Parts: sequence; C-alpha cells; structure tokens
Amino acid sequence: MKITVDEEKCCGAGQCVLIAPEVFDQRDEDGIVILLDAAPVAEHHEGVRESAGVCPAAAIHLHEDA
Amino acid sequence: MSTPSDVLVVGASAAGLAVTESLRRKGYRGRITLLGEEEGAPYDRPPLSKQVLAGTWEAERTQLRTRDVLDALDAELALGERAVALDAATRTVRTASGAELRAEAVVLATGLHARRLPGLSGATGVHVLRTLGDAGRLREELLKAERVVVVGDGVLGAEIAATARLMGADVTMTGPQAAPMQAQLGHDIAQRLAALHTEHGVRLRPDTLVDGLETADGRVTGVRPVDGDPLPADLVVTAVGSTPATDWLTHSGLALRDGVECDSRCRAADGIYAAGDVARFHHEGLGRSLRLENRTNATEQAMLVAANILGEDRPYSPVPYFWTDQLGVKIQVYGLPTPTATVRIVEGDTEQGRFVAQYLDDEGRPIAVLGWNMPKQARQHRQALLDRYAPAPRVEPAAASR
Ligand SMILES: Cc1cc2nc3c(=O)[nH]c(=O)nc-3n(C[C@H](O)[C@H](O)[C@H](O)COP(=O)(O)OP(=O)(O)OC[C@H]3O[C@@H](n4cnc5c(N)ncnc54)[C@H](O)[C@@H]3O)c2cc1C
Ligand code: SF4
Repeated sequence: MKITVDEEKCCGAGQCVLIAPEVFDQRDEDGIVILLDAAPVAEHHEGVRESAGVCPAAAIHLHEDA
Repeated sequence: MSTPSDVLVVGASAAGLAVTESLRRKGYRGRITLLGEEEGAPYDRPPLSKQVLAGTWEAERTQLRTRDVLDALDAELALGERAVALDAATRTVRTASGAELRAEAVVLATGLHARRLPGLSGATGVHVLRTLGDAGRLREELLKAERVVVVGDGVLGAEIAATARLMGADVTMTGPQAAPMQAQLGHDIAQRLAALHTEHGVRLRPDTLVDGLETADGRVTGVRPVDGDPLPADLVVTAVGSTPATDWLTHSGLALRDGVECDSRCRAADGIYAAGDVARFHHEGLGRSLRLENRTNATEQAMLVAANILGEDRPYSPVPYFWTDQLGVKIQVYGLPTPTATVRIVEGDTEQGRFVAQYLDDEGRPIAVLGWNMPKQARQHRQALLDRYAPAPRVEPAAASR
C-alpha cells in the first residue's frame, strides 16, 4: 500500500490522526496533515483505509497494490 | 439479524457515499444501490462557501471520489433520480420516474434543504447556498454585486459574509444573535468572531430580525428589519437554517421529528437506518436525542450504520466536531458549547490570535474545546471530553430504553 496526501485539500480536521496516529500527524502551526509513513506495514492498512474514508476533505489517496 | 442481501442508500452525498464505501471495506459483497437526486457524482459541501465561492477552486475539485474509485465500489449509482416515497413496512422506495426499489436494508441519507422564509424569497438577486449549483450562481452574481446583505448569523452566514468580503464586496451580516455563531461558540468567543469580522470591514447588524424584502421590478433592493430602516442591497443571501429533507417520508410510517428519529443504533425501523444531517439519534453518553449538521458526523455516522447493517450492535455516541474557516482564522470545535459555560484559555494566547479554549459546565467539568488557529492542539485537548460523551455502562433495561 502506498499513501499520498493532498495538503492543499486538507482542512486540518485531524480525523486521520485519531484513527491512525502511527501513519498521520498534523503540523503544529496550521494543523495540515503530515504523512509519517507513506508505505505502512500491513497491520496499519485497515486504519489507513478507515482514515481515507473518514477524511472530510477527501485528501488521503490510497494505492492499494503499490 | 443476518446480513441483508441488498442495501439501498437514498442520498448520494457525504453520508450516502460513506455508507457504501464502508460496507465494501468491511467485505460486504451484496448488491448496493446509491440513489441521488443531484445529477453529478458525489461532491463535498464545505468548500462551497469557501474555495468554490471565492473562485480559488474549480467545481471539479469538490468531487469526493474519482470515477475509477466509484467504479471500483461496484455499486449501482442511480443519479438524477429523486425518491418520492418510502413504505417502511416493506422497505420500498418509489422514485420520481415511477421506479420501485426494494431492499433488505435501506439507509436514509438525504441531508437538508436550505430553509426559505416566505418574506425573504421570490425576488431576483436573493440566494441560498446548499448545492454546487447554488454556489456557481451565487459566485457569478457576487462578482458583480456592490452591496451584499447576508441574512443569518450562524456558521453558514458567517462563512458567506467572510468570503464575500474577501472578494471585495461591501458586506452587511445581520441576524437575531448578539454576535455571529453565538449559539455554536458561546458568548465570549462569538464576541471575538464579531471583532474579527468588523476588523475586516464586515458591517454587523446584530440583534436584528429581518422579515421582508424591498424590491424594484422584481429585483431585490434591500431587506427590511422588523424594527428600523431597511438595509440596502443588490444581492441578498439568506442563511437562516435548514430543514431535514424528510418531505418525501411523510407517509412512510417513520417517526419524523426535526429529522428521522432513530434509536442509539441509528435505526429508524426494522432494516431502516439514517445517517448524516437528516438523522436524529439517541446519544447514550448525553442521554438525549441529537441531530448534528457537520461534515465529520456524516462519515462517522455512516460508518457506524454500515457496521450495524452487517450485524454489529454499536451505539453512536460521538464527540461532536465541526470546523469553520473565516477571514484567515481556522476554528475547530469539539463537543457542544453552551451559552452559559465558563471559558478558559488552556493553550496559546488570545493576543497572538492562536489559542485553545476549554468550556466548563457549572461543576467545572469540560464540555467542549475550541481551537482558534490551533487545529492540532485543539485535537489534543479533545481527550478531556471523552468521559463526558462516552455511553454510560448498560443499566436496567427500563432506564436504558428511555
Ligand atoms: C456551504 C456549506 C458549507 C459547509 N461547511 C462546513 C464546514 O466547514 N465544516 C463542517 O463540519 N460542515 C460543513 N458543512 C456541513 C456539511 O457539508 C454537511 O454536514 C454534510 O454535507 C452532510 O452530509 P449528508 O450526506 O448527510 O447530507 P447532504 O450533503 O445534504 O447530502 C444529501 C444528498 O441527498 C440528496 N437528496 C435529498 N433528498 C433526496 C431525495 N428525496 N431523493 C434522492 N436524493 C435526495 C441531496 O440532493 C444530496 O445530494 C457545510 C455545509 C454547506 C451547505
Ligand atoms: S483527516 Fe483529512 S482533512 Fe483531517 S487532517 Fe487528516 S488529511 Fe487533513
């Protein structure tokens, strides 16, 4: 799995960090998403899928077979 | 209940799409139909009053998913098709074109309609903002407008006033509250928001009820407060709240009370669920029923509904959350502030324009957290609210069924 995020879309809601804190963080200054791990290990995949589904800005993109 | 063989989702926006995606993510292989009144693919509403209205985003950027991702869902997308009736007993939905759709599980996700007050509609130059189409029309006229009056001092009114002002219009915002968004933010922070608007040149007319339009040749020329002189305008936006889109459910047999009334599982009747802006649910943590109109609720509630359709039995008891962006300030609110709560600053500095405020009830317990240009830190303080919103451990059935 590979993840990309669209920083310009991100509205800083932090939903992704609540669900998958191993993979996502937020910038201190403006809350924009920081991708900690663009190719997380399998145990985090479920959380990442949920984060992408929950993200209110549709800013998280998954490439499942990458 | 065993897993239903098919699911019909009515309303193809944030909540409806999230139910569909969540069902698939959980491995559901049955048939899913996603029925939506609007023509295009599901799009997102928050950017409409911000980036789309301002013109910094093309309409296409609001698309929630690409064509490929939608195709991969393997759901039947019935778009441009309005549901006109539901029979709850047989879970049958009739559409405007006369089709009858029946499914073992039905999800109601039809959101809201902008409220139009009789005295405040019918003239050219008067707008509401709910859909992408509304945003396009409003933007076009805003570019030509000189004097704009926004009627409504809630979240949407405040955002529209902010965006219109940044676009250079002369903007007046009016509404019944002492300060914009007072109901959502409480007195102290709403005063700060009022100051922010004033600094940016938005004229505020608080404590004002508007009940009529001034027109000439069918075009609006101003709005008429109940007391006082008319406010001149060549463009008027009314943002006076919304009504749950339940008109089509009148004869369904479901309980409708400012939304589709559901239990704590978001279930309105056997095999029928509601999610998003239209759903009123029993929040076990707060011990009362609640309807939330915010973007993250649409997805979170949808995910819970998907889980419950597949046989889980989980109550929905979220920590409510919304954000708004106005005049360069990002506000995040977790929990439900009350007008009388005590507010204390727990991080940052009001003078610097970056802070986190905590709202405390009479007993000094935190009930809400607000970030002002501090999104990450606000989220970190959300932790303090978890106890308050968590469902209480199960008690006697008699008490639990209230
Ligand atoms: C301009 C604007 C700005 C916003 N900004 C923010 C923000 O900054 N932060 C935030 O937290 N929230 C914001 N919100 C709120 C957020 O967008 C909503 O909470 C969210 O869209 C709710 O999603 P939903 O799927 O429940 O309903 P909706 O998005 O309203 O979708 C319902 C869908 O159902 C369709 N439908 C209705 N009736 C029928 C029928 N009879 N048959 C078939 N289809 C039907 C509608 O056409 C619509 O597409 C904003 C809302 C608006 C309008
Ligand atoms: S959930 Fe989406 S919008 Fe919120 S911080 Fe994460 S990427 Fe940004």
